[in-house]
Amino acid sequence: MTAREGSPFRGVGVIALKEAADHLSSARMHLIMALVLLTAIGAVYAAIGRLRDTTAEDPYLFLKLFTVAREPLPSFAAFLGFLLPLVAIALGFDSINGEYHRRTMSRLLAQPIYRDAVLFGKFLGGLLVIAIALLTLWLLMIGLGILFLGLPPSVADIVRSLAYLGATLACAGVWLALAIAFSAAIRSPATSALAALSVWLILTIFWGMIAPLLAGMIAPVDPLDPFSVLKQFEVQQSIARLSPQTLYAEVTAVLLDPGARSVGPLFMSQLQGALYGAPLPTLESVLIVWPQFSALVAAMILLFTVAYVVFQRQEVRA
Amino acid sequence: MSDTVVIEAQGLAKQYGQHVAVDGVDLRVRAGEVIGLLGPNGAGKTTTILMLLGLTEPTRGSVRILGKDPLREPLELKCDVGYLPDAVGFYETMTGRENLAYMARLAAIPRSAVEERINSALSAVHLLDVADRLTATYSRGMRQRLGIAELLMRQCRIAILDEPTSGLDPQSTQELLDLIQKLSRSGMTILLSSHMLDVVQTICHRIALFNNGRIGFFGTIEELAAEIGGGTYVIDVEADGVDLSTLATAVDGVKSVKPVNGHWQCEAVRDVRPQLAQRIVAAGGALRNLDLRRARLDEAYGRYFGRITNDST
Repeated sequence: MTAREGSPFRGVGVIALKEAADHLSSARMHLIMALVLLTAIGAVYAAIGRLRDTTAEDPYLFLKLFTVAREPLPSFAAFLGFLLPLVAIALGFDSINGEYHRRTMSRLLAQPIYRDAVLFGKFLGGLLVIAIALLTLWLLMIGLGILFLGLPPSVADIVRSLAYLGATLACAGVWLALAIAFSAAIRSPATSALAALSVWLILTIFWGMIAPLLAGMIAPVDPLDPFSVLKQFEVQQSIARLSPQTLYAEVTAVLLDPGARSVGPLFMSQLQGALYGAPLPTLESVLIVWPQFSALVAAMILLFTVAYVVFQRQEVRA
Repeated sequence: MSDTVVIEAQGLAKQYGQHVAVDGVDLRVRAGEVIGLLGPNGAGKTTTILMLLGLTEPTRGSVRILGKDPLREPLELKCDVGYLPDAVGFYETMTGRENLAYMARLAAIPRSAVEERINSALSAVHLLDVADRLTATYSRGMRQRLGIAELLMRQCRIAILDEPTSGLDPQSTQELLDLIQKLSRSGMTILLSSHMLDVVQTICHRIALFNNGRIGFFGTIEELAAEIGGGTYVIDVEADGVDLSTLATAVDGVKSVKPVNGHWQCEAVRDVRPQLAQRIVAAGGALRNLDLRRARLDEAYGRYFGRITNDST
């Protein structure tokens, strides 16, 4: 068949803005953002209390706001890593099948736009809302930090935390793409929500247990060969990295801690001459986690492509 | 009505695996016509419509609407063609006006014209008072009318309506039919599918009878009646003291006479009321009533599909 005429992006902006407006005014979004905000404020407040107690002078005080935890609350970064997929799934699980459900799909596609625009618009709309929410959270954190610690953040703090924000958005994009793919493949919104949530549960909670098991089977440790231990660890790490949550955790750990030097095993010989605990330049930290960041973006594009193919092949009969 | 052909389909077919939904449909629609697609459920009406719009890819055959191919130039084509699906849905968290405004932005209607076009479309379908209520509160008839308002707002040249009156009460049905006639008078070409015969009869210029994925007949109601046999005109006669069944057969142009519910129903190829009246009076009968009407579509339809099933068995 010869090429079709007209831009596939016609109408993307209109759909994205409408979706974003829908999300921002929906009860679902209000509920989940209230949850995120409450936990974030709780975590930051606890971190500030802890920072005041322990560290009088720390060069990266602001970054500690994200990572320091006080029992029983986890740190802000840990909270966000846990809750963010939930936000993304809540925004995406009924994006395609919801249109069928409301019987608006055929009328929407009868407008002078391509199907591509519908999917792109839905994805961008969701991502826009998440970006707005993340930026708000970030500003809130900085504000709370200045207010309670009485210190302005350094440039390096700002750059690192913004890079962290970007990685967080990429991670949210993976989950949003996953939710949209399920919403295109499964006709019932409730089922697609459950499917997305079960993937989230598996990758967030159970993957950490499954990876060592699989690694033990694939690369068993030979007691006579010390390198087999290393081999098994590397296999385990590769398997664990199939989960976007692992990748995101590694990015977070390196970006928010200037002292972190590697995400993999590190040998004594490699540390020779290094000043222990000395901070890395910001750019070096970013370089260390660049592969992880690319992997997150790649996963997002891959899942989006799956959603795209499924949606393009679908019969529109409602 | 002009002679320009705006919709042309040739050998259109759609197969879902083994199941043949549409099996070679040919259709030529001239500008300004109102065409009724008629047939039982599952006869392939909706699939044909979706293929015309380019929402479903045909297995075989070709479509040209306004000279454009719906698969290759869908955007330009969809600017001129409006579609009102069966049981149309709207975004329920938005008002009627907002729903229209969203579609206006997607259809790239100039911003300066949107407000005015929406208002005139809403007033044409009598929804201006409820325009700022959420569509969740709209009745079924109001939703269908809002769907028509969308077509008006977009100023489509062709409107394709899938079962526009299904599930409506008689009053809403009549309102909707009046609206569709108004659209037609404004020069829009209209294709509507239905299984309600009286709907199609009152507003359609030509009808296409669907059966098992094919168009069995395409033409005017009169042509359908003629094809099936029997007259085009039906005259209900109430008269006492005469036996019309013997009397009327002698009149030229009368095809058949049969007693129905206490009166006679006379089928003729033209208006034979004067001759009938003359004969009855001459025979000494008391003529009470002579009523001429067109052949009802459901009579023709029933006979047509009766014949189809008889032929196939």
